[in-house]
Amino acid sequence: MATTSISLRRKDGAFTAVVLFLPPALLLFTIFVVLPIGEAAWYSGFNWNGFGSPTRWVGWLNYLSVFDTRAFHIALRNNGLIIVISLLIQLPLALTLAILLADRFRGAVMLRMLFFLPYVLAEVATGLIFSFVYDGDYGLVAAIWKLFGAEGPHLLASADTSMLAILIVVIWKYFGFHMMLFIAALQGLDRNLIEAARIDGASRAQVLRYVVIPLLYPAIRLSVFFAIVGSLQLFDLVMPLTRGGPADSSQTMVSFLYTHGVMRMRVGYGSAIGVILFVICATFAFTYKRWVMRDE
Amino acid sequence: MNSASEAGNRADLTTLYKGLFLAAVAAFVAVPLLTTFLGGFKSLGELRSNPFGWPTAFEWQNYGDILFSRRYWELMRNSLVISGLSVVLTLIVASMAAFVFAHITFFGSRMLLSYITMGLLFPASTAILPLFIKVRDLGLLDTYLGVVLPQVAFSLAMSILLLRRFFKDLPEELLEAALVDGCSYLNFFRYVTLPLSRPILATVGTIAFVHSWNAYLLPLVMLNTDGLYPWPLGIMVYQGEFSAEWNLILAFITLTLMPTIILFVFAQKHIVAGLTAGAVKG
Repeated sequence: MATTSISLRRKDGAFTAVVLFLPPALLLFTIFVVLPIGEAAWYSGFNWNGFGSPTRWVGWLNYLSVFDTRAFHIALRNNGLIIVISLLIQLPLALTLAILLADRFRGAVMLRMLFFLPYVLAEVATGLIFSFVYDGDYGLVAAIWKLFGAEGPHLLASADTSMLAILIVVIWKYFGFHMMLFIAALQGLDRNLIEAARIDGASRAQVLRYVVIPLLYPAIRLSVFFAIVGSLQLFDLVMPLTRGGPADSSQTMVSFLYTHGVMRMRVGYGSAIGVILFVICATFAFTYKRWVMRDE
Repeated sequence: MNSASEAGNRADLTTLYKGLFLAAVAAFVAVPLLTTFLGGFKSLGELRSNPFGWPTAFEWQNYGDILFSRRYWELMRNSLVISGLSVVLTLIVASMAAFVFAHITFFGSRMLLSYITMGLLFPASTAILPLFIKVRDLGLLDTYLGVVLPQVAFSLAMSILLLRRFFKDLPEELLEAALVDGCSYLNFFRYVTLPLSRPILATVGTIAFVHSWNAYLLPLVMLNTDGLYPWPLGIMVYQGEFSAEWNLILAFITLTLMPTIILFVFAQKHIVAGLTAGAVKG
């Protein structure tokens, strides 16, 4: 008797909890995340300016014209470039700093915080700060050039250098985040393994190469994941610096979506870009989780 | 460290290189920030001749004028309202859902959890145009909620995963005992789970706050009225208006970054934990 009443009440309570607690999250998520993605796929088949309802069905035409746009190719190349720079420069830099700063010495914690600080600052503000740094009349770069008696270059105003300038800011802004990931991983390492290797006569460099770095592989894989996903979404930083220009030379996928889709209210065309970006992100995330991070 | 005397010299050299390298990186990070801060004190002429030195004469007026302007405080208020609403809604909605996912198994519960986890796969920018149309059709364009609701929706996946893991790690016996004593799930959530979960709530709240406070694309697309702009939009407008007066722009940037920096100094533990939290389990 007693047990049945308790289990009944438990079931009742559980049911109430599910019915009260789950719908808000499910609704919000469905309305603002899932539906828009589905609608992007639907809208991308129309030529539509966003007013009234979409009627001019054009099939694959939006996709074809996206693939035909020069700016899209530049954006793809630039996103690729950001990924390459993240992997070849930012990651080794972050790893080196993490190894140096994981030891406790005076100032280590201060330096960690200093290096992490740019990650916390808004991308827009960072972009503005660097548009000053790069300014050909006032900025730091100009000052350095003037030291050698040269006229300051306008890095952001030239199609040849705009992307280089953005890449430097990307490193400035994000290396501290990756460093923190590595520091967290280093602090979770089993000290005994390192001690044992040292006692067995391994040099510092050998310990690093054959013990510490292999133990950090999970963190490295994760850092690569964040670097790639993050660079695919880069937008806020680009706007204050170049708005994708000059001549589309510094477009990223999202800034291309914004300047060519949102600003001109070309809903179909912009949705097609969004769908392409979504497919890239989802494919990457799935394959990466499946093939690279399958052990975790 | 350098107890072995024959290696002493080499160790000293390594330390020196280490120090130089760290100093170089520190300069790389700090110089743009310090230049921005100090640049706000300079006159335009001095900024041109001396962009990154100490100001010869401090022009307090640059900072003063902004601090006493309505515009600055309006931006701060808008940002605070948007971020505050985002944090509160995220915490309420995500913790309720996470509680169910942590403690109650029912038909389809695993499927629903994977459904929400999908949100980790893509950023809001991919669906920004349909999102704009959705918000417009709901009549929320040019309102705080039009920015807040999508922000909350897109942060749910990560928040629910983090909260669920924490809730699951709370001792199972607590729930068992409470249920046997006739406590309902709802009361357990209210009086046991939430008070015990302050650290993770602080972490999730901090992530939501920083993301919302710094967000640019969503407010840019959803808001049209200057009076509703959060600071990242306002600062771009300001830069457009004073495009050549870099000293004013630098002062404005510094003042708008101040809240973030103050928060960072006081809550760095939560911020670091929060922003690297996805790391522990992606």
